Amino acid sequence: MLSYLINGISLGSVYAIIALGYTMVYGIAKMLNFAHGDVIMIGGYMAFCSTSYLGWPVIPSVLFSIIVCTMLGIVIERLAYKPLRDASSLAVLITAIGVSYFLQNAALLIWSSNPKAFPNMVELPNLVIGDIQISSVAIVTIIACIVIMIALTMFTTKTKLGKAMRAVSEDKGAAQLMGINVNATISMTFAIGSGLAAIAGVLLCSAYPTLMPTTGAMPGIKAFTAAVFGGIGSIPGAMLGGILLGIIEIFAKAYISTQLSDAIVFAVLIIVLIVKPTGLLGKKMAEKV
Amino acid sequence: MSLLNVSGLDVYYGSIHAIKDISFEVNEGEIVTLIGANGAGKSTTLNTIAGLLKPRKGSVLLNDKNLLGTPAHKIVKEGMALCPEGRRIFQQLTVRENLEMGAYTGDGTGLLEDLDMVTDLFPRLKERYKQVAGTLSGGEQQMLAMGRALMSHPKILMLDEPSMGLAPILVEQIFDIIQRLHSKGTTILLVEQNAQMALSVADRGYVLETGRIVTTGTGKELLNNDSVRKAYLGG
Repeated sequence: MLSYLINGISLGSVYAIIALGYTMVYGIAKMLNFAHGDVIMIGGYMAFCSTSYLGWPVIPSVLFSIIVCTMLGIVIERLAYKPLRDASSLAVLITAIGVSYFLQNAALLIWSSNPKAFPNMVELPNLVIGDIQISSVAIVTIIACIVIMIALTMFTTKTKLGKAMRAVSEDKGAAQLMGINVNATISMTFAIGSGLAAIAGVLLCSAYPTLMPTTGAMPGIKAFTAAVFGGIGSIPGAMLGGILLGIIEIFAKAYISTQLSDAIVFAVLIIVLIVKPTGLLGKKMAEKV
Repeated sequence: MSLLNVSGLDVYYGSIHAIKDISFEVNEGEIVTLIGANGAGKSTTLNTIAGLLKPRKGSVLLNDKNLLGTPAHKIVKEGMALCPEGRRIFQQLTVRENLEMGAYTGDGTGLLEDLDMVTDLFPRLKERYKQVAGTLSGGEQQMLAMGRALMSHPKILMLDEPSMGLAPILVEQIFDIIQRLHSKGTTILLVEQNAQMALSVADRGYVLETGRIVTTGTGKELLNNDSVRKAYLGG
């Protein structure tokens, strides 16, 4: 029971880290970046290549993966989304799906469809309390999630850039009148989200060590669900949604059915959205006239 | 030499010709007002000067430097601040954070003095410092929007409909503040539908009708101008 809970929180922490990328980008650019899941996959491959092929130690290869994904995020935004800043949201959505397929197929070309065995990135002993064993990956994942949450909260509430980011997400025109460079702020948001995706990729592949070009797709969709579940646009919402989703998924697998676990996860989402359409922590947008 | 010189401005919304060859100037220390009915092009003019809209033709000179083509976020640094129509404060940020955003282009030195300067002008904001701005009343939100614009120490402050939607007593207060700023030497370009109030504080005014300037004069002259009285001051 307790070990299920910890596994659930751990899986949920990965969802939460991914969901942060969805929610921050949505908050600021008002778009759903469906390529986000595939940035996770790229992050996984980068860490895989630098450890398995180049023989790098863990920390440098994780950093390498973060740097590559951060730049990838900036490039994707610049080439694919920025030209569509004033286009309809449908056009942007379809572009995002296109970018997602592009990344998956590029990975297929480079690394082929054969699954790669992801090396263990967390070389620590498992924690044993009484007769329960908790994997060190789960613990590292949960700690990483907490650290990221605290760091992001500090960033958005205490720093000038973070506050500017919140201002842009609320009103781009007014933010420009303050002298805030809106394009640079959006770019920065993609960079942060994609850097987080790299971390999520490494953690995800450490827990489930097979790496394929489609590895990011399902966690991406689940994390998007988590972001909506918690209230899209809200950073604590993404965190809460992610962790709840992870717990629900693991418990559904353990007590109900492995095959049905995804269906149960999405059913819970539907129920939450019927009862509270803005998500758990989502704010209702009040128009003041 | 005028501080702000706008000449031959032509602005389109798609195929709609919203601003037709508008020219006017604002001298240092003046309050100049643009009055006119809804849709006359007052806000469009301010938004164009602030860089949010791109004109087809014309020039906007601030201290003889042409600002046309400068992106909106760089115009603040040149010394212009627009307090936009509908206030557009950041509702989910606190009062203090909103004011800090006003000083975004500054390097952080003197931030505390500037915050004091604004809260001296609007003591109500001091009481609400930590509150989320969306919970403020309409009048307080207007004060916040004006305070936020002042945080960048603009050479010229542009106010777009500061009295909109406010109770008469609050309108009086806002205009008191405008006069106080004026007496301290702030240059103000004021857009108003409340022509009576605007002309009574303004040094000079321009009357806009469907995108054109039709009349100009000192505030007093326009207040006593028959056609202006008929059209905007209720006879």
